[in-house]
Amino acid sequence: MSEPLSSEAAAEVVRLTASQVAAAVESGAVSAVEVAQAHLDRIAAVDDDVHAFLHVDTEGALAAARAVDERRSAGEPLGPLAGVPLALKDVLTQRGIPTTAGSRMLEGWRPPYDATVTARLKAAGVVILGKTNMDEFAMGSSTEHSAYGPTHNPWDLDRIPGGSGGGSAAALAAYEAPLAIGTDTGGSIRQPGAVTGTVGVKPTYGGVSRYGLIAFSSSLDQAGPCARTVLDAALLHEVIGGYDPLDSTSIDAPVPPVVEAARRGARGDLSGVRIGVVRELSGEGYQPGVEARFREAVELLTSLGASVTEVSCPHFGYALAAYYLIAPSEASSNLARFDAMRYGLRVGDDGEHSAEEVMAMTRAAGFGPEVKRRIMLGTYALSSGYYDAYYGSAQKVRTLISQDFAAAYDQVDVLVSPTTPTTAFRLGDKVDDPLAMYLNDLCTIPSNLAGGAAISVPCGLSDDDLPVGFQVMAPALADDRLYLVGAALEAALVDRWGGPLLDRAPALEGASS
Amino acid sequence: MNDRPYEPPQELVPFEEAVADFDVVMGIEVHVELSTASKMFCGCPTEFGAEPNTQVCPVCLGLPGALPVLNRTAVESAMRIGLALGCSIAEECRFARKNYFYPDMPKNFQTSQYDEPIAFDGVTTVEVEGRSFDIAIERAHMEEDTGKSLHVGGATGRIHGADHSLVDYNRAGIPLIEIVTKPIEGTGALAPQVARAYVAHLRELVRGLGVSDVRMEQGSLRADLNVSLRRSPSDEFGTRSETKNVNSLRSIERAVRYEITRHAGVLSSGGRIVQETRHWHEDTGVTTSGRSKEQAEDYRYFPEPDLVPVAPAREQVEELRASLPEPPSVRRGRLAEAWGFSELEFRDVVNAGALSVIEETVEAGASPAAARKWWTGELARRANVDGLELEELAITPAAVARVQALVESGALNDKLARQAIDGVLAGEGTPDEVVAARGLQVVSDGGALTAAVDEALAANPDVVEKIRSGKVAAAGALVGAVMKATKGQADAARVRELVLERVGG
Repeated sequence: MSEPLSSEAAAEVVRLTASQVAAAVESGAVSAVEVAQAHLDRIAAVDDDVHAFLHVDTEGALAAARAVDERRSAGEPLGPLAGVPLALKDVLTQRGIPTTAGSRMLEGWRPPYDATVTARLKAAGVVILGKTNMDEFAMGSSTEHSAYGPTHNPWDLDRIPGGSGGGSAAALAAYEAPLAIGTDTGGSIRQPGAVTGTVGVKPTYGGVSRYGLIAFSSSLDQAGPCARTVLDAALLHEVIGGYDPLDSTSIDAPVPPVVEAARRGARGDLSGVRIGVVRELSGEGYQPGVEARFREAVELLTSLGASVTEVSCPHFGYALAAYYLIAPSEASSNLARFDAMRYGLRVGDDGEHSAEEVMAMTRAAGFGPEVKRRIMLGTYALSSGYYDAYYGSAQKVRTLISQDFAAAYDQVDVLVSPTTPTTAFRLGDKVDDPLAMYLNDLCTIPSNLAGGAAISVPCGLSDDDLPVGFQVMAPALADDRLYLVGAALEAALVDRWGGPLLDRAPALEGASS
Repeated sequence: MNDRPYEPPQELVPFEEAVADFDVVMGIEVHVELSTASKMFCGCPTEFGAEPNTQVCPVCLGLPGALPVLNRTAVESAMRIGLALGCSIAEECRFARKNYFYPDMPKNFQTSQYDEPIAFDGVTTVEVEGRSFDIAIERAHMEEDTGKSLHVGGATGRIHGADHSLVDYNRAGIPLIEIVTKPIEGTGALAPQVARAYVAHLRELVRGLGVSDVRMEQGSLRADLNVSLRRSPSDEFGTRSETKNVNSLRSIERAVRYEITRHAGVLSSGGRIVQETRHWHEDTGVTTSGRSKEQAEDYRYFPEPDLVPVAPAREQVEELRASLPEPPSVRRGRLAEAWGFSELEFRDVVNAGALSVIEETVEAGASPAAARKWWTGELARRANVDGLELEELAITPAAVARVQALVESGALNDKLARQAIDGVLAGEGTPDEVVAARGLQVVSDGGALTAAVDEALAANPDVVEKIRSGKVAAAGALVGAVMKATKGQADAARVRELVLERVGG
């Protein structure tokens, strides 16, 4: 066993990007075990404040890291992310590791199988540190709906880290992990990325397997990479992406060349790239500082050679309404399996209550208010007599939104908008006002409804000194365009700032220890 | 303790009266469990009778995160059934979720087809008492089966009174094809037989396709019977009852008949029929109320987002159509001609459901006449006593053919042959093993037989005298005595010869 890293070296290791970690492990500058330990120590130091993790798998992480070190010393080739630590959103199954989807309903459940994403991470030698906090069953935009308490935004611990993947985004921003996995049903990767100053990608629907992803809304759910840099996200995308015979909606096509696109983008030449600014995604309700950073970023892209035009997507105004019918409808069906009979929570099993009563009592105790709200909404929207008016109409709107996208992509290669209308709000501010909470996903929802790809890249700080996200959207299977534009923007901004945006985040307690 | 729900006394109207006063409308839903090697949406095996919960995986257990992947063979089987029923095959169809709660359904929704079945609008013909009835098929669609509950601790094995329940998910996810008829009208007093004949016909047809083992007693083919009555064929349909999961042909006929008399009783006394599901009780021959459907259930159907649409290639459909086996009616025509039975004999065979077993017995070497004799005679009687179908008897057509061969070689007489069949049915082995073990042997020659005849002659001098005086028919009594003395193992014809020889000599 080698000497543990000095605290200075450990502090340096946790600030490395994923590609830097992989290079360091491969060259032998540091062992995968040392990298894993440095991150585990970091988690121990700061996660009481951040609460990004629901479960830390110290033993599993160290064992995975040891396996990478052994492969290296045996001279075996290592993949591009071997030995890199990662935080896994608690909505993806990992064999033998508690998986709760942020719900009491699944407290203590240890899945007997790996999600395809999990299996691919393991096969790539990625070191899974643990499971990250999230809004219950991925329903929410703040991670305040986790049954296990909220996650705090490392930029300001009184603020939300976004949701539902707040834990994954916060883990990155707090340097607890260089990579994370999120899932994005209406923006749950991109919106947390935006409010924590990190990168989040929603790949094309079907581009990453949903097998083992605890379903919220099957036709919208999409797992994807979270990272601190666009290149890291691309590296992760290539590891988890691609056809999976276990998911019939997964696309039987090669993963777009995202890593190559990220590297090309970083060289800063966007000549020939046509960018469309979505007219409907700005104006009233958008924080001035958010709009200002967005406009500056658009100008920057122009200066890199891109041609920028304004594009109209007239039906985007209905996206939120359609989403809040479709997603709860599917959720009401997907969550029906949580009936206290086979796994997870069971309340009232005392011989005095019938099976139906046990089911009802368990659901009353096990589901939080937001989940109950959406189950009720969805049950109503699907019920006979209302189906056509609600679910049916929402599906029609969905088609119109897809047509808006198709028409826009006839003119431009990518569409851009702010990722969120505002920066991170304060914990508790909107928890009692679901409609205000839902507005956070205004800009991200359309690409979920249409099944396209989208990325959020940090583009500066708003007037409140909190990060702003820049969203790039691309057609299905054109994920590489996100990385091209995203990496070019990132490189230009980092150049302008003299370092990554995250460097401006306040140091957390324990960060220097 | 009686575990059935309270059921007010039923005023039944005699069947003949019921069908004279009312017009019967039926709808029949048949579930066929496919005998694919793996389940509908996962790779788990489907073998019947395995240890509980040994053929399960995250998908068929509905574990969080698990996703279905469609079994292509099941789709092909569904199309073949649809084509055999004269249905159109959808250009594109989808699965839907049927949301309802059921303790042995892992996801609490059933992945099924709703408004887009794979096969629709067919027609098939059944014959009852020389009349043909065209049964219009609404649809044949694909769905998955549920698990199975076992209620432990009560006296009856029912949930009421049990202290706990166990669930076996081996069956969960096994592919089912549900075949739904359009309303069957104009059957009159033949309604019960038409229902039976339709299900028998489906069973024959599906068996011919080789896509299911169609064993009703194992639940791989089960029928739900919708029955309603109205005063006149020009009236609107009456309220229907749905008798669930009837699993023998005989019960289908009886259950329809019972429901007709029950409905007529309620309607004649001024009552009204409640739309509900009902349970059939084989032992008492009645149905009792199950779930009320008066507030129609809201299944909240919506397209299954975890599965992509199914779009069968037209070439594949045509290939399947071209490869369909001989239709049952054509087959019947062919067999009738080959066997040379009279029209009446052939109808008896069809009505007894003996076509296939006779065919197989003939294939195993027996003459058509002999095969018919066994299956519509002795074996039909045995099946009837035990409430089984002919196929369900513990004797194969090959074994019947072997028994017949022994008869024809003179090794067995009719009585001994029946004993041999008894032995086979009792599980004592093959016909040859039974014959050996039971010592079934025709005594046709040798001293023993001569001695027995002499003994009979000596004991019955009066009969001997009668024969001598020309009443040859009296010899029967002596033959009977010899047969009795040899415990039936003698060859009766030979005994008669010997008797006449001795008396004459």
